[in-house]
Amino acid sequence: MGQTRKEMLVDPLVDNNPITLQVLGICSALAVTSSMTVAFVMTVAVTIVTGFSSMFISMIRHQIPSSIRIIVQMVIIASLVIMVDQVLKAYLFEISKTLSVFVGLIITNCIVMGRAEAFAMKNPPIASFIDGIGNGLGYGAILMSVGFIRELFGSGSIFGMTVLPTVNNGGWYVPNGLLLLPPSAFFVIGLLIWAVRSWKPEQVEEREYTIQSVEAH
Amino acid sequence: MENVLSIAVKAIFVENLALSFFLGMCTFIAVSKKISTAIGLGISVMVVQAITVPANNLILTYLLKPGALAWAGFDDVDLTFLGLISYIGVIAALVQILEMVLDKYFPPLYNALGVFLPLITVNCAILGGSLLMVERDYTFTESATYGLSSGFGWALAITAMAGVREKLKYSDIPDGLQGLGITFITAGLMSLAFMSFGGIKL
Repeated sequence: MGQTRKEMLVDPLVDNNPITLQVLGICSALAVTSSMTVAFVMTVAVTIVTGFSSMFISMIRHQIPSSIRIIVQMVIIASLVIMVDQVLKAYLFEISKTLSVFVGLIITNCIVMGRAEAFAMKNPPIASFIDGIGNGLGYGAILMSVGFIRELFGSGSIFGMTVLPTVNNGGWYVPNGLLLLPPSAFFVIGLLIWAVRSWKPEQVEEREYTIQSVEAH
Repeated sequence: MENVLSIAVKAIFVENLALSFFLGMCTFIAVSKKISTAIGLGISVMVVQAITVPANNLILTYLLKPGALAWAGFDDVDLTFLGLISYIGVIAALVQILEMVLDKYFPPLYNALGVFLPLITVNCAILGGSLLMVERDYTFTESATYGLSSGFGWALAITAMAGVREKLKYSDIPDGLQGLGITFITAGLMSLAFMSFGGIKL
């Protein structure tokens, strides 16, 4: 891996984004994005867990027998998630209520496992830590953009502060309630992927079947 | 009995794990290209879910809850903070055992489902099912029903998705939407359809 550390940190943001390109960690990305505050807390939690779990797994990578490596990784990740969960319950109880099961589900978030398997098992601790943080941030970037769209147009606010005063509160903006419902998360991410891929055409997937056009190609 | 029925209907349609809680999305998107593999994975998830949710319910009731260790002489021990790590341990162990049992006694079934079993450990639908069970305080019977029916709901969703995608690959999709993008939008439409079950009460 001839990447510099900066590349490792920046690369997952757009060029190799865990959600839009590697298809990892989608579950929570969809569920926690109806408000930006929640999405932000989730981003921080996932980034911390990914960074540290990659670092710890990489530290003991020569000692883990490969037949039980999944369980060892799980234990490390689960312990970190329990710590995050306890901290959230102690200091941000309201938000931890909203996140409900999704904090626990960081354990099975494929980003954490995926980076542990693909990167941390082969690379030294510090590089793995940076890679973990980078991927956490890449995940966060998508989460925050989806959260921004859903909260701004769904309830007319950003981080809970009113930006577009809604009709109910005497303003002019009629909020689009659909954006607060689950299906809109799918649409927003789908369109976001479309936007990213139009910007970076090299990410476009191959067609399985090409439609024959009249002109020879 | 009514209660059990209502939990089942709710878990299959109204609160479908895949389409309204977004659980197991990674596998849902990745393994839904062909109907046959989707059915295989769906059945494996259903089996594992039906075993792990009640098993975790027993662990919670007899080991972790405040006062649950009274039978061992520890009256005021509260181990709920160990919940996450024990559930994932139970899931990983059960999947491993299931794999070995199938391999030994039902080789045809093992050949059909074997490849999916390791995937299931990291499927959030399984852990999510257990965590939702904890959050809603289900009893043992309720959690057994919930496990089976939520697994069934997930299987239903992924099979339907695979059906749509098998047809979809012949259609003319804009380049940027090809593959992942259009899959998300399809899932969104399916989720809208499933929302129409909302409000059904039994």
